[in-house]
Amino acid sequence: MGARPLGQTADRPDVADPPLDVLVHARGLRKSYGQLEAVRGIDVTVRRGEAFGFLGPNGAGKSSTMRMIAAVSTASDGSLRVLGMDPATDGPAIRARLGVCPQDDTLDSELTVRENLLVYGRFFGLSRAEVARRADELLAFVQLGDRAGARVEQLSGGLKRRLTVARSLINEPELLMLDEPTTGLDPQARHLLWDRLFRLKQQGTTLLLTTHYMDEAEQLCDRLVVIDEGVIVAEGSPAQLIRDHSSREVCELRFGVDDHDGVAARLAHLGERVEVLPDRLLVYAADGESVAQAVHDLGLTPRSTLVRRSTLEDVFLRLTGRSLAD
Amino acid sequence: MTSSPGVPVTDAPNGLVWRQFDHWRVRWRRTWRGSAVTSFVLPILYLLAMGVGLGAYVDEGGGRESLGGVDYLDFIAPGLLATAVMQTAVGASTWPVMGAIKWDKTYFAMIASPLRTRDVLVGNLGFVAARLAMSAAVFWLVLWGFGVLVMPWAMLAVPVAIVVGMAHATPLFALSAWLERETGFMLVYRVGVVPMFLFSGAFFPISQLPGLVQWLAQALPLYHGVELIRGLTLGRPDLLADGAHVAYLLVWCVLGFVLADRAFARRLAG
Repeated sequence: MGARPLGQTADRPDVADPPLDVLVHARGLRKSYGQLEAVRGIDVTVRRGEAFGFLGPNGAGKSSTMRMIAAVSTASDGSLRVLGMDPATDGPAIRARLGVCPQDDTLDSELTVRENLLVYGRFFGLSRAEVARRADELLAFVQLGDRAGARVEQLSGGLKRRLTVARSLINEPELLMLDEPTTGLDPQARHLLWDRLFRLKQQGTTLLLTTHYMDEAEQLCDRLVVIDEGVIVAEGSPAQLIRDHSSREVCELRFGVDDHDGVAARLAHLGERVEVLPDRLLVYAADGESVAQAVHDLGLTPRSTLVRRSTLEDVFLRLTGRSLAD
Repeated sequence: MTSSPGVPVTDAPNGLVWRQFDHWRVRWRRTWRGSAVTSFVLPILYLLAMGVGLGAYVDEGGGRESLGGVDYLDFIAPGLLATAVMQTAVGASTWPVMGAIKWDKTYFAMIASPLRTRDVLVGNLGFVAARLAMSAAVFWLVLWGFGVLVMPWAMLAVPVAIVVGMAHATPLFALSAWLERETGFMLVYRVGVVPMFLFSGAFFPISQLPGLVQWLAQALPLYHGVELIRGLTLGRPDLLADGAHVAYLLVWCVLGFVLADRAFARRLAG
């Protein structure tokens, strides 16, 4: 590959190759299945070394986007470069350098834990000796060394996910893609997995993940996009998104009455914004404690009061009018 | 973890199919004993019950003449081999294929690696061909033990049996990748596999059947497999007719592969 003359890229920025440290470069990316438009024009730039997240509810278009970036399904429209290559023509070369950890594990349940790694590594053209060396290393990394000979079907959900992560690392990928990595796991298993992913990130692996958990996004992501109904509705670091789209604190109030709207009207002047949820009211303000005090001074007696920091959940609620769990 | 500079790319894209060798080898190791035993015991039971037991009545009742001067045992032995490879092909091309798409989803793991959908299809079909080869070879040995093989033509029965099996496997791969639910298999078994098993000339000549049913039997691949293998095991192949049978079976193989290739691409990478 020869170097492109500088003037050429400057004159035609639309066809310029993205810089080398950009691993994923998507512009106007679309995916439709028949009449259904799952992804409706997405721009994404993922740089080497960062942890990038897609945050959004189920059905937002996250998984479709991930499948296009993983060079498995082709884009219906728009431009996409992954590791500087075109997924439509360079699929095998791109996938050779990606790690993919799908939501539903896709492990071979008839094989043992170690066999799953040995067999998978061979798909990447690695020698048997190299695959064996990496398999043992990775099993130790995800703390499955003592289960190497166990059949996969005997593993719990958390252990299976750890094995899937190990498998996705067998080719020492430059970009590790994780689709809802901790969905369905108990809290202990989630924290262990987060810890491992954090270590990978510190070793320089670029992470690209989808999640509908705001705490996961806050834990792992340097930068994220909020995606809803196939479009990006906000982009930034978790702290930046909270700063831009929510107040510093939230006062959550539960009343034992059905008339939340009526109560909300009386509280409206106490904060920047009031959200009415089916089971509680959220008053957004810089100082949540003083809101709680003011509510009390109005003669209202909520059944419970909780003052907390704003989270990405609040950002999502603000941007879409819905909560992530919907 | 130690990190090496990038992944060593070892072989050209056409080597992608061979990268699955260990995958299918490990799977083979888990199942081969069971299928070998089945391929050994089943033909013995069939040959004793039908070839020897029922055959005694057929031969006594003047059946030899209507079978063209052949003992009933010699007549159904090749038919049983053909139906057995058909059944092995059906078993390997239905539930396991749907499972790798719907339940275990192992195909999706495979295409997340450098493998393409067609590589996975070809690799899996290769695995089926290997299973067919083993089943047919074991079955063939049993037939040899019963003394129903006329050499040297009977030596070709095993490679031909693999083609017969593949003529069923490739279209069934297409069907299994196309079906959304396993209930469709029930229909395939009841209106497809079972009648084909019974009425493809394995147990009696299809000239006994009404015209329309004869025509149906000839449209399906199994009849051609039965005729081909019978000619070989009896040591009297008819080169012209058998050439047509082989050609027809290859049409099923190729057409099935084209459809399976499309169905895999649509279902796995859509």
